[in-house]
Amino acid sequence: MSYLEYNTKYVPSGLRKVLHLNWPIILLLVAVASAGFLMLYSVAGGSMTPWVEPQMERFALGMVLMIIVAMVPIWFWRNMAFVAYGGSLLLLLGVEFFGEVRMGAQRWIDIGFMRLQPSELTKITVVMFLAAYYDWLPNKKTSHPLWVALPVLFILAPTMLVLNQPDLGTALLLLIGGATVMFLAGVHWAYFATVVGAGVGAVVAVFQSRGTPWQLLKDYQYRRIDTFLDPANDPLGAGYHITQAKIALGSGGWTGRGFMQGTQSRLNFLPEKHTDFIFTTLAEEFGFVGAFTLLSLYLLIVFFCIVSAMGNRDRFASLLTLGIAMTFFLFFAVNMAMVTGLAPVVGVPLPLVSYGGSAMLVLLVAFGLVQSAHVHRPR
Amino acid sequence: MKRPPKDMIASARTISRRALVMGGVQLGVIGALGWRLQSMQVEQADQFRLLAEENRINIRLLPPSRGLIFDRNGIAIAANEQNYRVVMVREDAGDVGEVLAKLTEIVDIDPNDLSRAMEEMQRRSPFVPVTIADRLSWEDVAQINLNTPALPGIQAEVGLSRVYPWGADLAHVVGYVGPVSDYDLSRIDDPDPLLQIPKFQIGKTGAENKLERTLRGSAGTRRIEVNAAGRIMRELDRQEGDPGKDIQLTLDSRLQSYVQARLDNESAGAVVIDLENGDLRAIASAPAFDPNLFVRGISVPDWTALNEDKYRPLAAKAVQGTYPPGSTFKMVTVMAAMEAGLVAADETVYCPGYTDVFNIRFHCWKRGGHGNMNLHESLKQSCDCYYYEIAQRVGIDKMAEMARKLGLGVRHDLPLSAVAEGLAPDKEWKARVRGEDWRIGDTVNASIGQGYVLASPLQLAVMTARIATGRTITPRLIRLIDGVEQPSGLGESLGINENTLRRIRASMVDVCNHRRGTAYGSRITDDAHKMAGKTGTSQVRRITPEERAAGVTRNEDLPWERRDHALFVGYAPYDNPRYAVSVVVEHGGGGSSAAAPIARDIILQAQYGGPPPLEAYPANMRDRIAEQQRRIEARIPPGATGRSRV
Repeated sequence: MSYLEYNTKYVPSGLRKVLHLNWPIILLLVAVASAGFLMLYSVAGGSMTPWVEPQMERFALGMVLMIIVAMVPIWFWRNMAFVAYGGSLLLLLGVEFFGEVRMGAQRWIDIGFMRLQPSELTKITVVMFLAAYYDWLPNKKTSHPLWVALPVLFILAPTMLVLNQPDLGTALLLLIGGATVMFLAGVHWAYFATVVGAGVGAVVAVFQSRGTPWQLLKDYQYRRIDTFLDPANDPLGAGYHITQAKIALGSGGWTGRGFMQGTQSRLNFLPEKHTDFIFTTLAEEFGFVGAFTLLSLYLLIVFFCIVSAMGNRDRFASLLTLGIAMTFFLFFAVNMAMVTGLAPVVGVPLPLVSYGGSAMLVLLVAFGLVQSAHVHRPR
Repeated sequence: MKRPPKDMIASARTISRRALVMGGVQLGVIGALGWRLQSMQVEQADQFRLLAEENRINIRLLPPSRGLIFDRNGIAIAANEQNYRVVMVREDAGDVGEVLAKLTEIVDIDPNDLSRAMEEMQRRSPFVPVTIADRLSWEDVAQINLNTPALPGIQAEVGLSRVYPWGADLAHVVGYVGPVSDYDLSRIDDPDPLLQIPKFQIGKTGAENKLERTLRGSAGTRRIEVNAAGRIMRELDRQEGDPGKDIQLTLDSRLQSYVQARLDNESAGAVVIDLENGDLRAIASAPAFDPNLFVRGISVPDWTALNEDKYRPLAAKAVQGTYPPGSTFKMVTVMAAMEAGLVAADETVYCPGYTDVFNIRFHCWKRGGHGNMNLHESLKQSCDCYYYEIAQRVGIDKMAEMARKLGLGVRHDLPLSAVAEGLAPDKEWKARVRGEDWRIGDTVNASIGQGYVLASPLQLAVMTARIATGRTITPRLIRLIDGVEQPSGLGESLGINENTLRRIRASMVDVCNHRRGTAYGSRITDDAHKMAGKTGTSQVRRITPEERAAGVTRNEDLPWERRDHALFVGYAPYDNPRYAVSVVVEHGGGGSSAAAPIARDIILQAQYGGPPPLEAYPANMRDRIAEQQRRIEARIPPGATGRSRV
């Protein structure tokens, strides 16, 4: 595991690396973040405070971090993968014992200058560690049961901790993100078919367990599922949020009601309109055109990641890039499915657009890794 | 470890292949999301837009101002008064307790109101204004406005509330308004959204009730934008409603007030009709009540007092009360007989003090009898036996027909609560309602307005008006609606022989002006204003043969509720009639002693348009009348004469 295996002669060095960054991705990230600033400005009623300014500061900080991470050779990050994974696991344990309880969930750990959400970090470190694992593992052993069981454990350990907080959304993202890396690395189809089969069984078990002493999910999680299945059931209670979100989204029409003219968000009918439900504000004010444009921007980011990964012969680099692309995809796809009523409300923010520090910083650092993989690819 | 190049290429191939699978799945998911967005934002956009509008837009009704009611001279008898109230917005107040404490230092507020307001404020959103006190005086409001800086969250607001400046004097006619109740909503079929406004005031009784639709007007609307918490963000637009239409009644509030005062201390009803057009100049029922009590919400003790009073202040006796008309019905009997050609004016009937009809003896009020009576004398002296005789000739059906022609036994269409139909009985009625055959005794009783016959003071006044004019006078209470004149009450000729009418009128003149007339004591000595009329005294109890043998108990010795009703109908001036009047004093004793003097005073007041000169009265009465006039003038509400037009 040394940099010697890379043909460093052709890898750009010094400031020349800047020229070799994956610029389309950077421009797309700025575009998406700008859409976020615009929407935060709108939901604040046309004000830079309280959301736009801190968000911009964090984005700037995140971009700086991204560039720094991008400048560092990818093999360094590969060597750091185990440390990052171990560190994030420790932080998760720390949250378990010292975390702050907010809104019924234990998610934050106060580290002085900011509140860190280790579960956000874990989404990346798991992907990173699995990529390093498969880079290390000889191809022949990829589908060997023992060598399959190991990464499954690596995924389940943080997933269980996150589920215990409880944070269903992140747990799902960890699970699917990790599984994607395993899939990409070439683990045999049969394993996935088995897991999907078992998953269906688990869902049945979850529903069967409801109301029994061995109930698997918390009541509020069941209620979310109920609400998802039929929001009209409880339009003023649990279903209120999703109903209002759908009204906001639908009332946007083709071109939307105009910037800062969305009545649903301006008059506070929308819940969490600056965080998880910010997409509905965008859809209300800019309509189908606006919503689909944002969706396309996200898709392009994923597309450029996949293109970059497929052009990269380094196994760690391409697995990492694809894993991060998948995680990023899961973020916005789950969020959009959630606010459009296609998926239960699980509390996943819209990446780079929703107001929030940890998620944005972690994502930009992740894109730093993608950039590093791109810059330092074997040529 | 260094991978063999072959391995690396294979690995890269696997990754690329599977990356394409991943990309494919992702595209599928994006497709689903895009489809979902399209179906919600394009296909169902209108539906969601509507829901969003429903969310944000509230429609509030703007209650119209209620139409006013004026008397014939343009004096307001039901008006809208500016009403000051003080409201508090909790979120603006800061420390609610402290602000309220300061407020109570400045104005007097009922502690009950205060605690109710506190409770309401806790219950409602912090931005909803809650009424702390209502009906404040202008001085209080000025004080509050002066102290505005010290009273954050407190505002003085102005609204309209109904007020009846004449108080009790017009209570039975105008009625009153009150907050719409569930009972009202269940009873009336009215989709007007205004009725859904809590505490919206609607007419409960009298003209306020009967003319509700006219007076109410129609609601305006205000579309406002609200946020999720219900706070009003702004007004989108406003459409003013139509205010209620004003109504002018035919009543003369000055005369009405006089009549009420004149009837004071009695349980009585009186009606004055203008013969030129059927205008009701006064419809008085005594005792009355103050309708303003009901507007504010009547207290339990006040309500109990009104309900338990044996004089029934809540009853509009003038239109709603029905009484046996007694001798005032004799005109009907004799007119029916004359029109049928069954009695000649100069024909006499002997009155020995009683008449035997088969085995039953019917007594005349005069025990010794009147001797030979013709039409003129019998009416003047109110001999009963004459009517017992001619009634048997003419029969009840013709009498009932004449009664109805003169306006008895028919409901007159007035916009008042419970206008009585009265009863002009005939054979068909008794068979239908009582299931019995009509007996000759019933006819004999009916001939002098006893038995089944019932009439309200209004009907008696109409009867008198028709006799005085010979035309179909229909009572009219509404003169103008929104400035539009209502049809006159002066109708066609009744088709009664002029000779018959002349004879009856001549007798009625003598009732009041001949020394042997029953109402001679109530004569008017002013030639231009002389009155004609007829007294009536109707029994409410049966006089047993034993009592009659021992001598009929005098009214003064009976308990109030067993005394006779005293009635009088009349018109004036006798030679050129302008006004007809009827007076019924419940259990007042004799018509000539209890009802006729009241009628005389009322009709003089009507003719002079104010207090008549003492010369209109016989010389020996003037001192007493002067004293009475002073007493009544003192009772008429102050400013009643000098009230300005509204």
